[in-house]
Amino acid sequence: MASINLKINGKNVSVDADPKMPLLWAIRDLVGLTGTKYGCGIAQCGACTVHLNGTPVASCSIPVASVANKEITTIEGLSTDNSHPVQQAWIQEQVPQCGYCQSGQIMAATALLKKNPNPTDKDIDAAMQRHICRCGTYPRIRKAIKTASLIINQKASVK
Amino acid sequence: MKFSGLTGVALTLGFYVPATGKNTPVVKVITEADKAIELNAWISIDKAGKVTIINHRSEMGQGSFQSVPQIIAEELEVDLNDVNIVFAQGSQTKYGSQITGGSSTIRGSYTRLLTLSATAREMLLEAAAKKWGVKASECYAEKGHAVHKESAKKLSYGELVEVASTLKPPASVKLKDAKDYKIIRQPMPRQDTPLKTNGTAIFGMDKKLPGMLYAVVERNPRFLGKVKHVDDAAAKAVKGVRHVIPVQMNVFAHKREGVAVIADNLWSAMQGRKALKIEWDDTGFEHHNTDQLYAKMREDAKSGKLRSFKTKGNVEEVYNKATSKLDAMYETPYESHSCMEPVNCIAHYHDGKCEIWGPIQGPDWVQADVAPMLGLKPEDVTVNMTFLGGGFGRKAFLDYPHEAAVISKAVNAPVQVVWTREDDMVQGPFRPGMVYACKASLNESGNITAFETRMAGQNMNHQNPGAAKDSYNDSVVEGFPETYLNSLPNYSFGDVPLESPVPVMWWRSVYSSTNGFAFESFIDELAITAKKDPIEFRRQHIWDARYTALLDKLESVSGWKNRKPNEGYGIALTECFATIVGEVVKVSKKSDGKVKIDKVWAVMDCGWYVNPDIVKAQVEGSIIMALGAASFHATNFKDGKAVEQNFNTYKMPRISDTPEIEVHIMENDEKAGGVGEPSLPPFAPALTNAIFDLTGKRIRTLPFSLEEV
Repeated sequence: MASINLKINGKNVSVDADPKMPLLWAIRDLVGLTGTKYGCGIAQCGACTVHLNGTPVASCSIPVASVANKEITTIEGLSTDNSHPVQQAWIQEQVPQCGYCQSGQIMAATALLKKNPNPTDKDIDAAMQRHICRCGTYPRIRKAIKTASLIINQKASVK
Repeated sequence: MKFSGLTGVALTLGFYVPATGKNTPVVKVITEADKAIELNAWISIDKAGKVTIINHRSEMGQGSFQSVPQIIAEELEVDLNDVNIVFAQGSQTKYGSQITGGSSTIRGSYTRLLTLSATAREMLLEAAAKKWGVKASECYAEKGHAVHKESAKKLSYGELVEVASTLKPPASVKLKDAKDYKIIRQPMPRQDTPLKTNGTAIFGMDKKLPGMLYAVVERNPRFLGKVKHVDDAAAKAVKGVRHVIPVQMNVFAHKREGVAVIADNLWSAMQGRKALKIEWDDTGFEHHNTDQLYAKMREDAKSGKLRSFKTKGNVEEVYNKATSKLDAMYETPYESHSCMEPVNCIAHYHDGKCEIWGPIQGPDWVQADVAPMLGLKPEDVTVNMTFLGGGFGRKAFLDYPHEAAVISKAVNAPVQVVWTREDDMVQGPFRPGMVYACKASLNESGNITAFETRMAGQNMNHQNPGAAKDSYNDSVVEGFPETYLNSLPNYSFGDVPLESPVPVMWWRSVYSSTNGFAFESFIDELAITAKKDPIEFRRQHIWDARYTALLDKLESVSGWKNRKPNEGYGIALTECFATIVGEVVKVSKKSDGKVKIDKVWAVMDCGWYVNPDIVKAQVEGSIIMALGAASFHATNFKDGKAVEQNFNTYKMPRISDTPEIEVHIMENDEKAGGVGEPSLPPFAPALTNAIFDLTGKRIRTLPFSLEEV
């Protein structure tokens, strides 16, 4: 056991954890942010995706000790009022069905759009390939990413 | 929200079946004294005009959380935002069957929900009329208010509930014509969406109780067998581990044995589990593999003793005399449900009561199952539904609430049992693997004169304790359009059950999901044999305008008649849970010569429906799930154990595998059919029929790889 400082969604949180505990369980069970989901435990489904210094990573496969003091963003850190363009697009296109994988999908899409505000279908496929949705919301995810791109570009042009 | 928690002034209406009299439910004003009566549905309007509706079914993605309030708001004449929906607790006596299965949430309740809402509206209007001293017929309802036509006087529902709750419900109410709908048929956004885009939706996995412990269970990997010896010293030495106990849970007629590790947090429990040393006793249990199971099913389908379900005329005689005939065999794999949320459940046993929270498809079943196991009365077991991260039939099975309940009782604390992805994928229950032997004869006009299907595979009903093993499988015709049957002068449908300890359970669209592949592949092969266009051949065997209208629509939207060279088109038509779906798949070759899916057109006739956007989402999702079972994943068995344990070997379709999907809904005055499942069965045969059209290669065994066609 060790005391580890995590910077989650801009706040410092100290957790007392086995250094090998995956970040996922530290976020969910020790910090108490349950928006990040467990799906497979082996980085195959993307449900546990969070941003680590802005890059999407599978939190189920990263030991908590290795991310001490690094910037971690979870779905709760995007916005709690659904004001983030990707969340808005997800609502506009009515993407979620059961919704369980969507936190991870949204985090991956957000990272993609930050790097590439005008992704092609190919770019979208490449960025979202690691994410499984058993409900089959893929066609709407594709649409929502394009909608989010429009929202982001509109905001940029207003500025 | 508890029924007994209703306080203050409210108009609460429920359906109940009177103890005496016929089995016809009636609407009743509910008072505090009525809390034990049998209600099938109920709504309540409080003094602020807020409407509460109890959703007696689960929300597992299919949209009941949105479509049920849309029904209520329509006839009650209230704003959708004023309707609050809450999950019912499990109670067979209050709500009747609550099992979310058979695509039945809407089709099983819509007429009652419409009637209940219209009754409440009429009573509120009558209350207004009383207050104003006018006739109720001079008033109308609009946006949560009663309005007097002549004077334009207005009273809100909240101001009327007190008087309305003293009135007698009208014996009958007139429901709106579909053309007058303002809320139903609108593609309104789902009320649960915002909860699912910011991480606040609470799934079973997310529920936490004060002092809750976490449990994982090492279960016998071979479905049957006992724990012979446990060395738990290392497990108990893991920091955070509190208890290690043996557990037994019912899996149909068997007991599954395992060892539970209970800890302060889930990670510690998982580490403790890894440190367990268990010796299993599998004596007397066959260590089967997939090849053996299918060899037996093939033999059974060809020549095993048939349990006949449905016959007409004399298939043998006609088939033997025919000059044009065909026979073929089709195989479909065992499949895992693999909901994105693995099964999990919380139980808190204390003071002779047990409270349960979880992603549960049948809360009333859980109550009925858990109570006797704990030696409690059903009313002492409270079952709370959370959101479900997928269900597909898996979460109607009771093994995981069972585990949670017995572990909580044993350790005297609230406990959450979590299944890892591997647990979820190897323990089942699975969709049963099936083999079909089909044969048929044709006359000179290309009409089918005899049709036979012999199905081999596990009969889910045979798993139940004390089940008769010689009974037929009444699902053998599922998926086959009713109208085809009428056109066949001779037919025979029956099955040869495979008895196996592999637990099997409903998997989205149940037997239709595999039957549909056999039936619609075979119909296609017969069309080719008869030298007919596949749509034309189906039309010949359809004697019902409803199906013909759907086929016409599908033919037109898919551009079936204008197909270009080097494009393969395939069609399939199935009927499932009172809904007819036709799909056309278009395939072509990539530059490397491999086959790709270009587009899917789906036309659904589900009769009466609520929200077209939710319907379309269900069709899209069903097609993608069907794509997975057709050409991505299967569960195999080796040495008595499931081989595929996680998504690295149980491959799922990804975004790049998803073709364009165009969905159409038929508009008519038919009764509501199912929506969540019926689009799944026609996809696989439409795809393989399209591949045949393009390449001349007939695929009769699923799954197949598009890469290898």
